[in-house]
Amino acid sequence: MTWPAIRTILDGAVVTAALAAVSILLSLPLGLLLALLREGRIPGVPALLAAFVSLVRATPFVTLVLFVYFVLPAAGLELEPVPAAIVALTLNTAAFSSEIWRSALVTFPRDQREAAAAFGMSERATFIRIVFPQIWRANLGPLVSEVTILLKCTPAVAVIGVVEITRAAGRIGAETYEPLPPFLVATLIYTALIATLVRGQRVVERRIARRFGLARP
Amino acid sequence: MNGLLVVWDSRDVFLWGAANTLSLVLGCLLLSIPIGILGAVVLTEAPDPLRRLFAEAVDLLRCVPFLLLAYVVYYGLPELGLRLDPWWAGLMSLTVYTTAYLAEIFRAAFRAVAPDNIEAAHAFGLSRSLIYRRIILPQVAITAAPVIGNQVITTIRDSALLMIITVQELTFAANFVSANHFTPFAPFAAAVGLYLLMSCVVEAGVRRMERVRKGRYG
Repeated sequence: MTWPAIRTILDGAVVTAALAAVSILLSLPLGLLLALLREGRIPGVPALLAAFVSLVRATPFVTLVLFVYFVLPAAGLELEPVPAAIVALTLNTAAFSSEIWRSALVTFPRDQREAAAAFGMSERATFIRIVFPQIWRANLGPLVSEVTILLKCTPAVAVIGVVEITRAAGRIGAETYEPLPPFLVATLIYTALIATLVRGQRVVERRIARRFGLARP
Repeated sequence: MNGLLVVWDSRDVFLWGAANTLSLVLGCLLLSIPIGILGAVVLTEAPDPLRRLFAEAVDLLRCVPFLLLAYVVYYGLPELGLRLDPWWAGLMSLTVYTTAYLAEIFRAAFRAVAPDNIEAAHAFGLSRSLIYRRIILPQVAITAAPVIGNQVITTIRDSALLMIITVQELTFAANFVSANHFTPFAPFAAAVGLYLLMSCVVEAGVRRMERVRKGRYG
């Protein structure tokens, strides 16, 4: 492979990283919001969100991407490939991460909430001061693996024409009639990215365990 | 209304797609569950250098996005002189990928079997292979059912990516119908409905195993 070809794939890597970063920043808070609404008391909302989560859980990610890209314009919402990819990634990861947040909220020690209530803290202050700081640290592991899953999902957005790593590799393969080398390079880049993230997760987990004594088995 | 009619008119395309998705997933499970069990046995029993090598390979495979593996298999095998049509290349990549995850699932499940069970089996003079067949695997089938069910749903989801290497599975069918009739909503909704049905079947199976577990272990 030539140097310009490798440059093209690396440009794709920047797009992949940007897509993943934006989707993570949107989807993790959205997942938390979904979890809070599902545990909330607004009638009808928990059932609706439960249906949404199981729908997304059962739908393959490519199907979701095609759905967002082709169906939303029919509903009057015209989306370019990149925003459509971000919407699909965000919906997918928000649904999956909401389950992580929800199980954390459900298993949160009751006595701490009661103690906060006894001190006259509002529900909002209890969440911001007591619950949230603990649950994000305790669930960093599952949340980071959700991020690696998101990164593994990103190649699927190549189908709607976003030029990220996979699409860039496909283009080079089509130009040179040798598809294998660019795809091997692409695989190497993904593996390096994801392996780094997994290693990073272990380091951060250890640090948090040392600092806050949140030893997880 | 028009969209529903389109879906009904091209029902054979959808059924063909669903049949391909199902045959891929079932074929993959039939291959990857036994290989995954063998892999897990290697991961627990093999002497250290081999075990470490195996563990590294499994970890590495779990870092690769499935689509890229499918591309490498699809374009790489002809270089090795093996020409496969897309369905077989798809089955092969799906199997390799799922096996890595299942090996890890089975390894964790093996470790969760109570050690006194195994010690008792040793005391009765059972051979290693008999311990696996009679003591460990029946328990693992019940206790690991939810995790295995999750993996089966993931495999169904992953199989949709094979549309990109032109396997005519369910998402391929939906995309084909939607492109030919210019009605995107109904075909994709139909595909999502069929996927939902498949994952409901898997979840029902898991619930059944859960009942067996409750009946046996309380």
